[in-house]
Amino acid sequence: MKISLSWLREFVDVTESTEELRSILDDLGLVVEGIDLIGEGLEDVVVARIDEIRAIDGADRVRLVVVDAGHGPLEIVCGAMNIDLGDHVPLAPVGAVLPGGFEIARREMRGVTSNGMLCSARELGLGDDHRGLMLLDDVIEPVVGVRLLEALSITPDVVFDITVEGNRPDAWSVEGVARDLATRLGRALASPSLAEPNGEESSASFASAGIDAPDLCGRLTVSVLRHVRVGPSPSWVVERVQSAGMRAISNVVDASNLVMLELGQPTHPYDAAHVANRTIQVRRARPGETLETLDGVERDLAKAGRGLGDTGEDCVIVDGDDVVIGLAGIMGGATSEISDATTDVLLEAAYFDPMSIARSSKRHGLRSEASNRFERGVDPQLGLRAAARFVHILRESCPELEWLRDPLDIAGSTPTPPTIELSERDIERVLGVMIPNDDVITILRGLRFQATSSGDRFSVTPPTARPDVRSGSAGIADVIEEIARLYGYRRLPRHVPTWPEPGGLSDRQKLRRRVRDVVVDLGAAECWTPTLGSDADFDLLHPGVARVRITNPLASDEAVLRATMITALVRAWVRNLERGTGDVVLAEIGTVFTHPDATPTPRMTKGGVSGSVTLSLPQENERLTVLLGREDDDATSAVAFWATLAERIGLADVVVRSSETATTGFHPTRCAQLVDRASGAVLGWVGEVDTVLVDGVNTSVSSGRLGLLDVDFDALCDKVRATRRSEFAKVPSRFPSAVIDLAFVTPTSVHAQDLAFELRGASEFVEEVELFDVYQGSNLPAGTRSLAYSVRFSSDDSTLSEKDVTHARRQLIARAELLGATLR
Amino acid sequence: MSSSPLANLVNQTAELLATIARLESIEQLREAEPTITGKRSILSALQKSFGALAPEERKDAGAQLQDARRVVEAALASRRLELSQRARAQVLLDDGLDLGDVVVSDVRWPASIGHPSLVALTQRELEDVFVTMGFTVSESPEVESDWYNFEALNIPPAHPARGLWDTFYVDLGEPETVVLRTHTSPTQIHLMEEAVANNSLPIHSVMPGRCFRRDTPDSRHLATFHQIEGLVVDRGISYADLAGVIETFTRAYFGPDIESRLRPGYFPFTEPSAEFEVTCTICRGGGCRTCSQTGWIELGGCGVLDPAVLAAVGIDGEEWSGFAFGFGIDRCAQMRHEIADMRALIENDTRFLGQFS
Ligand SMILES: [Zn+2]
Repeated sequence: MKISLSWLREFVDVTESTEELRSILDDLGLVVEGIDLIGEGLEDVVVARIDEIRAIDGADRVRLVVVDAGHGPLEIVCGAMNIDLGDHVPLAPVGAVLPGGFEIARREMRGVTSNGMLCSARELGLGDDHRGLMLLDDVIEPVVGVRLLEALSITPDVVFDITVEGNRPDAWSVEGVARDLATRLGRALASPSLAEPNGEESSASFASAGIDAPDLCGRLTVSVLRHVRVGPSPSWVVERVQSAGMRAISNVVDASNLVMLELGQPTHPYDAAHVANRTIQVRRARPGETLETLDGVERDLAKAGRGLGDTGEDCVIVDGDDVVIGLAGIMGGATSEISDATTDVLLEAAYFDPMSIARSSKRHGLRSEASNRFERGVDPQLGLRAAARFVHILRESCPELEWLRDPLDIAGSTPTPPTIELSERDIERVLGVMIPNDDVITILRGLRFQATSSGDRFSVTPPTARPDVRSGSAGIADVIEEIARLYGYRRLPRHVPTWPEPGGLSDRQKLRRRVRDVVVDLGAAECWTPTLGSDADFDLLHPGVARVRITNPLASDEAVLRATMITALVRAWVRNLERGTGDVVLAEIGTVFTHPDATPTPRMTKGGVSGSVTLSLPQENERLTVLLGREDDDATSAVAFWATLAERIGLADVVVRSSETATTGFHPTRCAQLVDRASGAVLGWVGEVDTVLVDGVNTSVSSGRLGLLDVDFDALCDKVRATRRSEFAKVPSRFPSAVIDLAFVTPTSVHAQDLAFELRGASEFVEEVELFDVYQGSNLPAGTRSLAYSVRFSSDDSTLSEKDVTHARRQLIARAELLGATLR
Repeated sequence: MSSSPLANLVNQTAELLATIARLESIEQLREAEPTITGKRSILSALQKSFGALAPEERKDAGAQLQDARRVVEAALASRRLELSQRARAQVLLDDGLDLGDVVVSDVRWPASIGHPSLVALTQRELEDVFVTMGFTVSESPEVESDWYNFEALNIPPAHPARGLWDTFYVDLGEPETVVLRTHTSPTQIHLMEEAVANNSLPIHSVMPGRCFRRDTPDSRHLATFHQIEGLVVDRGISYADLAGVIETFTRAYFGPDIESRLRPGYFPFTEPSAEFEVTCTICRGGGCRTCSQTGWIELGGCGVLDPAVLAAVGIDGEEWSGFAFGFGIDRCAQMRHEIADMRALIENDTRFLGQFS
C-alpha cells in the first residue's frame, strides 16, 4: 500500500524525518518496503527554450544546442534528436543534483563547453520515457526560466510503500496507519470532512435494497446520489489516487477509490438508470447463473471449485429483476457501470463475509483492491461514514449533487466484538514484563478499543474494525500483542531460558552425520539434486510405475516426485563432465517417494477438513546415493567404498551378494545386494551405473564405467535390519598368533564371504579370516574358482602349539568341504 | 503376352526370409542388408524391370512388390532387435563380475578430496548452536496433509493468510488435500501431538528440513529450500525467552558483533508474532544496498504460541506456554558466504561445491 506523507499529515501531525518515520512504522509492524521521494532533485531544474541547434565538427551523435533559461543564451551539448527550435525542455544547470545524486558539472566536449544538461523524463524521475528530451509544450504552457516544480505543479512529497500484515485490515488505509502512528506518538487523530444527506426525498422513495443471505452479507448500505455529472476529478483527488499507484478514471470512480484508500471501505457505484427497479439485493448465486464482469469475462456462478471444502458458494448482487449485476465485494458487472451519461448513482457500501469473498475470489481467479480488503475483514460499521466521505469528495466536482436523506441501511449478521477480561499478570506472563496500567489503557483507547481497568484487571472490547481480535484465551493473546506492538517490541526485555532436559541429536541424526562425514572423507562432493523431476526421467528407471504427481507444477519437467536420486546424480555428473570436471565422486543423502498405490506401506495420516479423515500418503524413504565417476572408478571401487562405510558406521557383517535380478539403474551383471547377514535385510545395492541409463541421460559425451552405491538409510538406522557390531571390545590375546593361508577350489555358487563366515566359526582359535586372492583359470574345474584366505589363529590362554594349529586347520578344511570347497 | 517379372516373387521372398533367419550377428546383418532390401537386392532388381510393362500392369506389379518388400523389411527389423538384444546379453555376460569376489584390500581406487554440501554444513552448524542451548532436533515427512501444513496451524482452508505460502499441491485424494510442506511447521504439530500422547511435555526442539514453495526461482529464492524452526513448550515461557533465544543464537552463529531485533509481524500460529532481523552482515549495520540502507536484514519469523494452536493439539494453555521461530538455512548460508545467486546451490557444479569443507 502506497501512502504519501502529505495525505498522512491530514490525519496526524507528523514532524519526524523520513528515516525516523520509517523506523517507527517498521516498529509498529507496518513494514516500509520502499520510499519514493516525489520532486526530489528537481529543485534546481528550470524551463528552457531552444533557440539554436548547431552541428559540432566531427560529431554525429551530439549537437550544440543554445537555450534561453531566462539569463541569456547558454550553450549545451546534447545527444537528443527529438527537438526543434522553439521547443521548451527541462534544463539542469551546472551545480544541480538530479534524482539519484547525479551532479551536473561544466564539461568540455569536442572543443565546446557544455553548461548544463537538458533532461529526459526518466532522468528527472518523472516517467519512463528516455527516448528523448521531455517536451514540456506537450503538457503545459511553459514559461522560460520558471522552476520545473512550479511549472508542473509538483509538490515535493514522500510516498511510503507499506506492507500491511494479513491480520490488520484496519491498518490497510491512510486513516488506519495514522491511527497507529497517533497512538504511538501520543498525538491526536483528525477526522476527514464528511457530507450530510441533503436531499428532500427519502432514499426509500427512489430505491430499495435487501439482504437474502444475512450470513454472507452482514451489512448493506445504499446511498442515492442524484444530479451527478460524470467528469474529471479535481487535481488533488487525481494526485492522491495516483500517489497510491491507481489510475484516475472519473470523478465518481476516483472518489470511490479515494475513500477506499483513505478509510479502508470499498464502495461500488451503480448507474441507477441501469439497475432494474433501482433495487440492490444480496443473495447466493444459483447454479447455472452467469455474470459478465467489468473485465469482460463471462463467469459461471455457484460452480463447485477445487479448493478443500469449496462448495462453489458465490455471494452476488442482483437488481429488481433478480438478475445478477455484480459479484459481491469482488467485481461489478458490465451492465450497470458508470458512464459519461450517468446522472443518478446508487452507492453500495457493504460488509461481506471474509471467508466467502476469499473462496469466490480464489475460485474465479479474480482479485481486486476491494476483494483483498473484504477477505481480510472490513469494519461493518464503516459503510455510511465512507458514503459521507464519498459525497464530500464528489460534491467538489458536482456542486449540485443531492444525497437523498435516510440512506438505505440493512443489517445481516456480523460478528459481535468479544469482551475480553485479562489481568496485569496475563500480560506479564506472555511478555515477561509488567506494563504500567496507564500505558495499557492509553494504548488500547488510542486504538479505539473500549478499555477499563479495575485493580489489576482490564476489561477490553475491540472496535468492529478489528475482526482479528478473538474471544477467550486467544483474545487475551490478541490484546497483548496490540499492547506489545504499540509499547514497542524493542523496549521489551530479553531473557535466555534454561531447562533441565538435555539437548542433543537422535541416533538417526548422529548416524546421518557419521555417514555424511565418511562419504566426504572418502572423496565425495555432496550434491543437492531436485526433488521434483520430469516424467521422462522418472520413466528412465521406473517405466509404467505409479508416480506422485504435482497438480500445479512450475514447469512440466518439475511435476513428479523423484523415486530415486540415481538419475539426477548421473545428470549432475554428466554436466560436470561436459565442463571438464567429471573426475569426481558425487553423493547425496535425500528423500525419495513411492506412490501409496505402489507400496504395501503407505504413510497413513490425518487429513481433510478439520483432520477428520485418514489419508494415505506416499512412502518416504531416505537414501544415500553415491556415484563414483573418477577415472578408473568402477564396481570394485564402489564395493571398497561401501566396505569402508560399513566398517566406519559399525555394521557387524553385510554380505555383498550378487543377485539374479538386478535393480533398476544398475548394470545388470555388475551389481550386488548389500545383505545384513544376521537379519537378512537388504540395506542397499552396489555396482555400476547401467550404461542404458547413462545413454538415456547423456547423448553427447562418452563415458566409461561409473561406480554406484545406493543405500537405504532408513534400513541403516533400523538396528533390527542393520545389525551393529557388538559394543563390547575384545582385548587381543597377548600370546603370539599363527597365520596360515588356505586356498579353496570353490563352486562359483558359494559366496566368498559366506565361506569366510563359515571358516570363522570352524575353530575356537580363529581370530580373523580375510580373503586375499581370487583366482580363475582353465586349470580349475568348470564352475569353480580358487579363493585364498589368510587365517589368523590365537588363544587367550597360551601360545598355540603346532598341534593346535594343525588341528584347527583341519577343522577349517572340513568346514569348507561341507560347502563343496576343496583345498587347492 | 510376356511372362510377369514377378512370377517367382513368392519363392524369392521366402528365400530372403530364410536368409534373414540365418543371420547370426549385427555385423552379418549390416553386411547383408544391401542384398536383402538395398540397392543390390532382388527387390530392387525387380523394380527396375518394370520399365517394360504397360502402365496398368506396372501399377499392379508395383503394389505386389511393395507388399513383399514390407514383409521382408519387417522380418529384418525384428531380426535386428533380436540380434542386438542377444548382443547386449552377451556383452553383459562377458562384462559380468561377481562383486562378492572383490578383494577389497586389492582394490586400487583413485583418490579425491570430498566436500560437504553447503546446506548440510550450515544445517549442522545451526543444529549445534541450538543443541548447545539445550534443544533436541526433530524431523518429519516432506509430503503433508493440508491439516498438518495449514489447518492445525490456525490456517483454515481458503484463509487469506494462505496467500503467504504459494503451495504445491500433490495429486492424491480429493483436490488440494495433500501438499508439499511449505514450511517445517507441521513437525511442530507432530511433536506436540506426540508429547500429548506420551505425556512427555516439555518440548525444546529445532526442526530442520526441506520445504517447497511455488515461487519462480531467482537469485534470492528457490522453489525447494531448507528451513529450520524451533519450538519450546514449557511452563512459564514468555516473549522475553523468545527474544533471548533469538539473541543468543544470532551471536553464536553470526558472531558477537551481530545483533538481533524483533518487530511486529503476522503468523497465524503465533500471537504476539514478530519478524526478526539481524545486523546486516555486509555493512555491519552501517547501511548498504543489500539491506536497503537500513543496516538490518530480515532473517525469519517467530512468536509466542497462539493459544488456539495449543488447544488444537490438546495442550492446556493455562499450564503450558511456548514460542516458535523459523528461518531459512539456505538464506543463512547465502548471508554468511555472500552468495550472489542462490541458484548456485542446486547446480551441483563441482567448482562451486569444492569451496566448502
Ligand atoms: Zn547492509
